[in-house]
Amino acid sequence: MRRDIFQAIADPTRRAIIVLIAIQGMTPNALAEHFDTSRQAISKHLRILTECELIKSEHKGREIYYLLEIDKMKEIDKWLEQFRKIWETRFSQLDDLLLTMKNIKK
Amino acid sequence: MKSNLLFDFTVNKSTNTVFVNREFAANQSSVWDAFTKQEILDKWWAPKPWISRTKYMNFKEGGRRFYAMVGPEGEEHWSIQDFTAITPKTNFKFLDAFTDKDEKINPEMPGSEWNLEFNETEETTTVNITIKHKTLADLENIINMGFKEGFTMTLDYLATLLAK
Repeated sequence: MRRDIFQAIADPTRRAIIVLIAIQGMTPNALAEHFDTSRQAISKHLRILTECELIKSEHKGREIYYLLEIDKMKEIDKWLEQFRKIWETRFSQLDDLLLTMKNIKK
Repeated sequence: MKSNLLFDFTVNKSTNTVFVNREFAANQSSVWDAFTKQEILDKWWAPKPWISRTKYMNFKEGGRRFYAMVGPEGEEHWSIQDFTAITPKTNFKFLDAFTDKDEKINPEMPGSEWNLEFNETEETTTVNITIKHKTLADLENIINMGFKEGFTMTLDYLATLLAK
């Protein structure tokens, strides 16, 4: 099953993980220290985040570090941008209309 | 001329509110009419290639606008706007909801509260629109919750990266 970025950020723990690894890559153990939940629960969240392609893992010696795929985050930005675009289009149509109305009155 | 007109679009994730501020090169009466008369509204409300088609609009407190956004393939998305407060030329408020073609409200789609303020300044009129979501759309909800958890930090970080 393919997951998307919005599933990734739907959970508060996952959002907190994203914030933590946005600063620097972290190992699952280091991440788990920041939460009250079990190491297993953190691994599950990391698996979901990986399936969403929002994070990737990198081996460094015996440790696995999780890193944020920053490009993927742009999808959220794009989503918001759609709303902005709708209003922009709508208003430029209104600009033209107001200009027409003004000219008719003259 | 157009490019000099103010346009702000912001989202307050902690209150699920969208703010849209826009300046228009026209007097307050014309801009008010454009937002409150169905024949004018239908000419610009839908971003092309969609068109807005108002079935009826009873612009008074307690009145309703029932309209469809019609797509290029003829698909129709019906909505209602129930006017709750009107102060001519300066302010009006409505509750918005999605319906089917028989005006039956769809309980699964989020409704929202709109407030529109009109201000005239010399040559232009500024419209401030506030859209507050009552029942949250999934993602709005998500973004909102994320805000509380410090998700903004990540977005700020992202913004810095994107700016590079």
